[in-house]
Amino acid sequence: MWMLEIPPFLPFFIGALLAGFTRGILRNIIMVSIPVVSALHLWTVPEGIHLQFAFLDYQLMPYRVDKLSLMFGYVFHIAAFIAIVYSLHVRDTLQQVAAMLYAGSGLGAVFAGDLLTLFVFWELLAFTSVFLIWARRTRSSYVAGMRYLIIQVLSGVILLAGTLFYAAENGSLEFGHIGLEGIAGWLIFIAFGIKCAFPMAHNWLTDAYPEATVTGTVFLSAFTTKVAVYALARGYPGTELLVYIGAAMTCFPIFFAVIENDLRRVLAYSLINQVGFMVVGIGIGTALALNGAISHAFNDVIFKGLLFMSMGSVLHMTGRINGSDLGGLYKTMPKTTVLCIVGAASISAFPLFSGFVSKSMVMSAALENGYDWIWLMLLFASAGVFHHAGIKIPYFAFFAHDSGLRVSDPPNNMLLAMFIAAVLCIAIGIYPSALYSLLPYDTGYNPYDATHVLAQTQLLFFSALAFVWLNLRGMYPPELRSTNLDFDWIYRRAFPQALQKIFAIIEKIDHAFRQTFLANLNLCLIFLSRRHEGVSILLSRTYPVGSMVLWVAVILAAYLFLSFIH
Amino acid sequence: MENEKKYLFDKPENVQRLLYFLYICCALLLALDFVIHRHVMHSWENLWGFYPLYGFVGCVVLVLVATWMRTFLMRPENYYADEGKTDYAETFNNVEASDDVKNNRTKRHSNGTGDNDVDA
Repeated sequence: MWMLEIPPFLPFFIGALLAGFTRGILRNIIMVSIPVVSALHLWTVPEGIHLQFAFLDYQLMPYRVDKLSLMFGYVFHIAAFIAIVYSLHVRDTLQQVAAMLYAGSGLGAVFAGDLLTLFVFWELLAFTSVFLIWARRTRSSYVAGMRYLIIQVLSGVILLAGTLFYAAENGSLEFGHIGLEGIAGWLIFIAFGIKCAFPMAHNWLTDAYPEATVTGTVFLSAFTTKVAVYALARGYPGTELLVYIGAAMTCFPIFFAVIENDLRRVLAYSLINQVGFMVVGIGIGTALALNGAISHAFNDVIFKGLLFMSMGSVLHMTGRINGSDLGGLYKTMPKTTVLCIVGAASISAFPLFSGFVSKSMVMSAALENGYDWIWLMLLFASAGVFHHAGIKIPYFAFFAHDSGLRVSDPPNNMLLAMFIAAVLCIAIGIYPSALYSLLPYDTGYNPYDATHVLAQTQLLFFSALAFVWLNLRGMYPPELRSTNLDFDWIYRRAFPQALQKIFAIIEKIDHAFRQTFLANLNLCLIFLSRRHEGVSILLSRTYPVGSMVLWVAVILAAYLFLSFIH
Repeated sequence: MENEKKYLFDKPENVQRLLYFLYICCALLLALDFVIHRHVMHSWENLWGFYPLYGFVGCVVLVLVATWMRTFLMRPENYYADEGKTDYAETFNNVEASDDVKNNRTKRHSNGTGDNDVDA
């Protein structure tokens, strides 16, 4: 059947082209129908390699389908559909085209069967998504987008170098298990790690996502990091180093999230925290852990999207996103408030919400495999994520002190998109079997036993109690207008300043060197002229340059005169 | 956050009701520790009130450490904006002094939200 040959990125790229030439309702219809049609088609596609051809000496497989890639393929379609509905009111063609291309690139990357195809989509992800940041059209979004692009392209270049090494070592470009052996393994690991926001390589995310447009951030939060999670799950399952990296990723961002004022940046930090859970799962590498990582990625796309959408609605309606400016919005934005709380409950992994059914798999796997301290860190991070994403986000935006802002709920398309995401969050939470049936491994895991439910509920309620207690005691840090230094300080401040100082010193040395050289040269000339003063008084005097020029002019004039009379 | 549908948090007694509801839930959950028999995978889980205590202490430590981090990580809002300037301490104090939200609102530059009506 010819339909089988259509890789999912193609409809999105065609959609992008159409979106560039159409306007109004027609464009909206095209944009909404593409993820629907593409998803229905994907549902019918069996596993296997559907497209391959030889390129130089290598077999390329731009379209390979298996359970792992299908999971990400499905959720990317859901995410694209929700985000497109959310952005239907936007009339900026640049954003709509970039969003379609970006979603297509994400799909292309997860169905890439070889490293070269993966590299192409890896770079396309960077180049298409940066326009969603630049589309904000502010000075700060421009520079943040630039930094984002540089880091993403760097990741791509490292991936290409790793791919070349891989081809040399293995004689094949097939994207399967890679492992940390040889230069290729490490280079590709670093490339994936940068896109996955590993600690110290995470600032592109917290820097750029809050600078993107209201709708752009919703797209951004869904694809880039999840493609990296998918790549790690395929290339490096069971790599123990990932357990420690992931545990660090779950813990350190929550400290920054507690003191951050920009609520979308709080969500960016919590995105790193959630990706940390997935990375731990991939690092453990058992069937249960991998299932947990993949299903958590699936759920995270939806509930993180929902949270970004609710904060986007606040920004869209009020023009503000800092916690210090907001508060009391529940009075006039009741629907957004409820939807935001559904997202907050999901990310906090409340029983009956989607986060619970996936995160608990990673936690159980950590305990089963003897990672006791890692389990304690994950438990701390679970309490912490409830603290900053579950309570802080809704509390400072919709409750807290009354900011006096009285804005209504956002346009209907935004509400509808949030509603779809919220329904999915609850549906997956209540009926996880549907999600589990799509997973690569069959583990027979049941999240709803009394022990798990009680433990998680106790943890969350007492975290809430801690919040209340700290607030009543006045110990909770108030929202302050501020910038908090993070690792990006190194390349945004320390390096430029150090370079500036080094150049200043070099310039000084250079200046002094030139000065002394010229002075010495002068002395030499004076010395020579004095020395020959005795020989010829007329010739070796220190004449000014002007007189020299004058005499040259006189001689030339004489030549001219002579040539005329000749 | 459970009964946000009342829209009446302007009344202190409603806030108080919500807090009482939270306290009762916490007490009930703690009491359930006696009733429900856990099948545990780790010895720490056997300790009475392990999860509640860990959640509470964890969050308090989190907030206290984060607050302490502010002492050396916090810079004025426009820290990265004014690249040429070196004396940040002065600007920083000004920001802290005028922290009052309402005072600052008028000064705030209008931020493009991005979904502008550009039809390129």
